[in-house]
Parts: sequence; C-alpha cells; structure tokens
Amino acid sequence: MSRTVDKDRVVIRIAGDSGDGMQLAGGRFAEATAVFGNDLVTAPDYPAEVRAPTGTVRGVSAFQIHFASRDILTPGDTPNVLVAMNPAALKSNVDTLESGSTIVVNDDAFTKRNLVKAGYDSNPLEDGSLTEFQVHRLPMTSMTVRATEGIEGVSSRDAARAKNLFALGVLSWMYGRPLPVTEEWIEQKFAKHGPILTANLAAFHAGYNFGETTELLDVQYRVKPAALPAGTYRNVDGTTATALGLIAASVTSGLPMLFASYPITPASELLHELARQRRFGVRVIQAEDEIAAANMALGAAFGGQLGVTATSGPGMDLKAETIGLAVALELPMVIIDVQRAGPSTGMPTKPESSDLMMALYGRHGESPLPVVAAATPAHCFDAALEAVRLAVDYRTPVILLSDAFLANSSEPWLIPNIDELPRIDPRFAQGPNLDDDFLPYLRDERLARPWAIPGTIGLGHRIGGLEKEDGTGNISYEPENHARMTSLRAEKVEGIAQDIAPLEVDHEDGAELLVLGWGSSYGPIKAGVRRVRDRGGKVACAHLFHLNPLPANTGEVLRSYRRVLVAETNMGQLSRLVRAEFLIGAESFTKLEGEPMLAAEIEHEILERL
Amino acid sequence: MAVNTHNHMSGNGSGSDAATFTKQDFASGEETRWCPGCGDYAVLAAVQEFLPELGLPPERVVFLTGIGCAGRFAYYMNTYGIHGIHGRAPALATGLAISRPDLSVWALGGDGDMLSIGGNHLIHALRRNMPIKILVLNNQVYGLTKGQASPTSAFGKVTKSTPFGSEDQPFNPLALALGAGASFVARTVDRDRRHLTQVLRAAAEHPGAAFIEIYQNCPIFNDEAYAVLTDKDTKDAFQIRLEHGQPIRFGADGERGVVQRPDGSVAIVEVADVGEQDLLVHDAHCADPSRAFALAHLSQNVSAPTPVGVFRSVVRPVHGESSQAELQAAHETVGPAELDALLHAGATWTVN
Repeated sequence: MSRTVDKDRVVIRIAGDSGDGMQLAGGRFAEATAVFGNDLVTAPDYPAEVRAPTGTVRGVSAFQIHFASRDILTPGDTPNVLVAMNPAALKSNVDTLESGSTIVVNDDAFTKRNLVKAGYDSNPLEDGSLTEFQVHRLPMTSMTVRATEGIEGVSSRDAARAKNLFALGVLSWMYGRPLPVTEEWIEQKFAKHGPILTANLAAFHAGYNFGETTELLDVQYRVKPAALPAGTYRNVDGTTATALGLIAASVTSGLPMLFASYPITPASELLHELARQRRFGVRVIQAEDEIAAANMALGAAFGGQLGVTATSGPGMDLKAETIGLAVALELPMVIIDVQRAGPSTGMPTKPESSDLMMALYGRHGESPLPVVAAATPAHCFDAALEAVRLAVDYRTPVILLSDAFLANSSEPWLIPNIDELPRIDPRFAQGPNLDDDFLPYLRDERLARPWAIPGTIGLGHRIGGLEKEDGTGNISYEPENHARMTSLRAEKVEGIAQDIAPLEVDHEDGAELLVLGWGSSYGPIKAGVRRVRDRGGKVACAHLFHLNPLPANTGEVLRSYRRVLVAETNMGQLSRLVRAEFLIGAESFTKLEGEPMLAAEIEHEILERL
Repeated sequence: MAVNTHNHMSGNGSGSDAATFTKQDFASGEETRWCPGCGDYAVLAAVQEFLPELGLPPERVVFLTGIGCAGRFAYYMNTYGIHGIHGRAPALATGLAISRPDLSVWALGGDGDMLSIGGNHLIHALRRNMPIKILVLNNQVYGLTKGQASPTSAFGKVTKSTPFGSEDQPFNPLALALGAGASFVARTVDRDRRHLTQVLRAAAEHPGAAFIEIYQNCPIFNDEAYAVLTDKDTKDAFQIRLEHGQPIRFGADGERGVVQRPDGSVAIVEVADVGEQDLLVHDAHCADPSRAFALAHLSQNVSAPTPVGVFRSVVRPVHGESSQAELQAAHETVGPAELDALLHAGATWTVN
C-alpha cells in the first residue's frame, strides 16, 4: 500500500519526442487538474519543426504544469517531477532538475540506438549518473501494447502510440486526478474511431492501475484544491482567451467581426480558433499576405465592422504602413502581435517581449496609437476587450501585445458575468454634425471623429492617407494645419490616460524598491516578490497593462520609490521609456533566452538590491 | 445596423432604386488636379456618367484607390471612398466588400499600383472572385513620381529610371488576370467613351471580380502611347472589337480578321484569304480561358492590331456568397445567452 504525502505545489514536466503526444497528455492533465480545483499555470515547449528528427534532443517536445493548493503565478522554475519518454527527453531536461526530484522514464525507449541518437555514451539509467534523483523505470511502451492486445482493428503501432495516455494514467494516479474528465475527453475525441478509442482508454486505465497496484511507485501525492475567489472557472490558454474577448466585444458592441490574418507562428492558433466561430457571426479570411490582412481589417472597419488582424513580429513589420494609414484615417481597428523571439525569423516558437518599441514607434511620421499588453493567459480576455473598447471609442488602431508564452500557456479563468463586461457603443454618425454639413474630422469631447459608414445618406465622404484639413478632412498641405492635426492625433491618444485605470501598486510598508513590469513578466515578478517577502524582504511591484498612454499616475508612482527595477524579456525597452518619460534612474533586468522569466531570477535580482 | 441607410442587401451593385440619379450626384465638386489632357479625366467623366445606371444612391457606392495619379480618383467621386496606400486598394476593397455585400465596391489604380507593388492583392482578389470591380488605368509609366518605367513599359523603353532602355519584359495585364482565374476580364480605351461605358456596364453586371484594363494616355511622360487605337486614321486598322457571339474582324471594311490555329494560338488574317466562315467567333462565356489567353497575347503594347472588349465573362462562385446568409443570421440572433454559453464551453468548475 502506498503512502499519501500532502504537497502545496508541484511542477511536472512531461517530455518526449515531438510525435509522442506530449502536448496532448500535458493538456489533458491540466484540464483534470483545473476541474479538480487546483490553481495552475501551464507552459508548452515544442520545437519549431513539425517533425524534427525522431529521438534527437532537437526534436524533444515538452509540457510543464505547475499546480497548487494556493494561487500561483508561473509555470514553475524547475520541475519536481520529470516524465521522460525517451533518452533525448531525459538529456534535454535533466539539468534543470534539483537534487531529490522524481524522474519517471519509459524504460522501453532506452535502447542502444535511442541512446546514441540522444548523444549518450552510456545508459544514464545504469551508469550511476542519476543517483541524486528518485528514478522510476516504467516499461510504458510494452505495457501499453499489452493492455491493448486483442482489441480488434488496433495495430501494434497504434497501440504503441497510446503510450502517452499510459503516462497520463500514471500521473493521474500519482496526483489523484479525477478520471472522468479524461475519460469523457477520450470518448469524445475518438468517437468516430472505435478501436482507437478503446485502445486509448485501455492505455489510460492501464497507467492508472499500474500506479495503484505496483509497488514501484510507493508514494501518492495530494495537492488539495486551491481557495480561489468564488465563481465558475475554466482553464484557458491565451489564444482562447483572446478569441473569447474579441467575440465578447463583437457581441456586446453589435459590431460583426472580420478577422483577417496570414498564417504565422505563434499567432496562427488564433486564426484557427476564430475560423470555427461562424455561429457567432465571425467572418475569417486568410489573407494572401500580412499587408492584405491589415488592409482587409481596415476596409471592414470603414464599412462599420470590427476589423481585427493578428500576427507576430515579422508580420508587424509588414503591416506598419497600413497601421499608419489607420492612424491617419482614424478608424477603429485592432492589431494583435503575438510576440516571439527576434530579430528576423528569430525563434518562432519561443517567447520574447521585444516588440514594445515597434508597437509604440514602428511607423514613419508621428503616428501615435494606443498599446495594450496582456499579462497572463486569462488576462488576454480583458486585454482584447480593452483593445476593442479603445479602438471604437477613440476611432483609432490599437495594438494588443501578447506573446508566445501567453498564447500557449494556460491557467484557470474566472468566467465573467457578461452583464459586467465593458459597454462598447459604436456611436455611428447618423446625420450632419455642423448645421447641414457633415464634417468627417469634426471631433467629439474625446477628440474622436465621427464613424460614418457607407450606406448612410448624406454622409458620403472621401478620406485617405494624405494630410487632412482639420474638420473637413479635405486634403491640406497648410503648414499650420499639419501642426494642428499632428497635435490633435497625439492629444487624442494621450487623453486616453484619463480613461484607463491608474497604475496599481502592490506596496509593502518600508519598501524602497519597486519592480515594474509589462506583458507576461507579470507572473514571475509577482512570484519573485512573494518569495522575497516570505523571506522578510521589503519590496513593491506594479504592472503596466497600458503601454500607450501610460496610466496618468505612472510618474508619481515611480518617483515615490528610491529605486525602480524594470524586468522584461528584451534589451530594456520599457526601462528606456520610463527613463525618458519621467527622468528617473530606472534599472533594468533583462532576459533574452527565448524562455519566460523565472520567479527565482526576479527573487535574485530583488535580493541583490535590498 | 441601426443607422440611416438604404436597406438593400441585394448585393454588390446589382440592386436598383426607384429614385433616379444623375452624373452630378456622383461628382464631389472637388477641384480635379490631373495634368491637362490626362486620360484620367475621360475615365472619371465616363464613370460618373455611367454610375446612375446602377440605380444605386451614391452612398451605396464606394471607391477605393491606391497611390499614383489615378489614386486621386476617390476624391472626385461623391460617394464614400478611401485613398489608401500604394497597391493595397484590392485588399481594402476585399475587407469592405466581404463585410458589406449591400455596397457596390470599386477599386482603382494605375499600372504601377496594381501590377507592381500591389500585384499580389490583385491576383488574389481575382482568384477569390471577390465582388469588386477593379479598374487598372494603364499608361505604361509612373506618373506621380515623374516618369519611371512601370511593369507595363515596353522592353527597351527609355525613361528616367531606364536611360539606356528598359531591360524588363512588360506584363500582359489581361494574361495575368486570366492566369489568376479572373471571371471577368476586359480592356478598353480612355478616349472611346462609348466603348468604355459598355465595358463598365458589363463589369457592373458581372456577379464577381471584374478586371478592366483601361489604356490611359499620360500626356507628360508617355504621350500618345495608344494613339494608333484612337486616331481617326489608324483606329480602324488597329482596334479589334471583341463582341460575344460575333466573328472577330476589323479594318475599315472588316477586311481583316482573327483565326485560331490548330495549336490554339490566334493570328490575324485577311478575310479574303480564309473566308468568313473560318474566322474565330468570340465566346466570352467559354469555361476554358485558353482562347481568351491567346487573344490577350495577340499584341503587346499596341505594336500590332489590339483587341478591346470583354475577353472573358464567366459565372463562378463569388467569395463569401455561400456563408453570407449564415453569418448574417448568426449576427442577428446571437446575444448574451449564446455568448454566456460560449464562455462556459468545455470543462468548468465552481468555487463556492
């Protein structure tokens, strides 16, 4: 009989060949964990190649999940448990493990051939190199094949492919995950493939039963449900949350959505997600290129729709001219940049938040626009709604910054009450706005111009990229008019500072150091600060959800601390911005490894400064 | 949409209103600023005069233009319009047309705009058969930037950017459009108002993407490039009028004609040599684009007798048509309850 040990939190990393179904097994474990009621954050980590050479370190695909009986903020710095489906998976992850961690390997995969492919001279399971870890050798492939024997229509190859579900079964037993969540999913997913369904269920149960009956695994862990705020939750990744936010904005505003996009990692998933949502009136068009996608969204905006385009860094380069046109036309439009490591093609699947300066300044001429950044996977929902709200209220293109980590990572999301979602009112122009005339650039109290859509009688107008006369929108080369229009466009965007939440500080009495972040550094900063405080250190933190304009109190907040540390996964773009904007000596912590920041790194940086 | 609009959803320029409109209803009154003698004036006048025929009020017509002399066209129309960025008018038009099938959407640009910087959008709009009318004002030169070679400039053409003569072969715009799968392909000439209007009418009636190449004279940088097609003395000898169902013949007395050779190519012949019965009978509705492609290659850069008219007009599915009703219905019926269900989709759990 195994013992049960209580744990506050656990980090599991499940790794295998990119064809081994690691993302699927990890995702299902996360779903069961979410339904069980733990707080969690996940992080997939997979190669850019669709099928990298099998058995090699380069082809390893991994999925990490951090779950806990309290609220958590990151996918975890180092795994407590590594499940390695082959030697390459072990090799590429073993260095991240702390002494005493648990390793579960698929013993069947540790063949001489696979060891060579992974670059091992000797078998690490037998040469004593893993003595500091608890190693469990499970013949997963052969046990899966045995469990599925006799199922008609299942080849031994099909059977072996179900070994990821065997591993999932083992993990489900180890951490007492509810079985029905996974069983129902398998039944739904393979409903049309009877034999495969049976084989997968058999493999999953075999893994679970193996844990329960064998003495090989002597410990079962218990991570109790977390005490999260009351409400109904679901597990979402940033891609899903973004899609839901856009759809919510479309439904509540009454604006049909046109989503135009060109495939690019890691933004393509959003294209796929929205393409399935015709029943919500979402029209998706896969454009011929990035420039076309932006223009299609803008054309739809002119027609009175919610025009949205999404891409990653390289696509942003190409869309820049069109975004500038949208600035000049002053039409609502949302551009989503799911950032990835650059420059150029960079590392397409790897996260990096290095497009901030491009979002702010990456267009010719003076072309200011609002920039919103998502902080966590679930926050992508709010950020998408906020981007649409600002676009519609201020008749402006808005850039929404997400990144590869947020897009793929998941966490529980407290599903909002739809009555409490922000009101977005298109306020289409209905008639003349100056006596009997219609002036397309006559501004309201927000400095926003009227949105007069084709089909509206008497409001026909022509607008373009050429500089426009204040009010009439006619072409103008007048020197003073250009100066005035430049100021008006800038003031309109600056004015948004009065319409967004002030910068909120997580302050602690006695703190002289403020850690400032934006985007996906939210989790690691919060977690790092928490660790310092647990050790008695005094530190404050704040996070920017709007990068342009900055909240009205930003300068005041930053100046009230003796030291400000800006943590971001770029060469210090926000730190440079706040230095220039507020004349403060902000310090910078940067990381450019194509990996999210770790709580431990933030903890270290803070402790060095206390 | 709760705005003050004419409520027609009949689609992309094929609607008709009880009210009648005149040329003046489509003229914005803005001062036109093209060079004196520019062919763009003739095109503008023809378009403004033709549009009332659609029976659509000006607010349901939209002109989207690119950069270049022709790009100014949008400002002179008393319709809705955007003067966009270089080459992107077909993409802007795609976004607008797909989301507003009640509008008549026209995209217009020059040869540099549509065939060089915007070539990709042009071929894909044609491939998709978007419900937009695309007018390419081809003067074989860059005008607004003051006289560089364009993708339709003749090989050897001396321009400011090609002082030793262009080393590039020009595009054949019609062949390009046909290759992209265009369902409607036509060519006309700025100085022939009647023919231009006929082609505009045929394009407007076409239920999909219509590609119209308009030979347009640039009096400053490439004057009289198409003179042989329009001058009284040469017109009959150089203009080959394509009319669906008619044998293709031309010349003052119809003494010349076009035959198709056994290898599929077409050639100009003396009618007396072959007999009228052997002339090619023009079939714009032919499903196979090969013959239209052969006709498009009959001349390059007006150096020989050149066909004008509708080369191809076939009906095939229009992008967005099949999903329009579903999306419209979805948009009208989806409300808070459906949204709430969507947000709660998949596995959920409740914390008390």
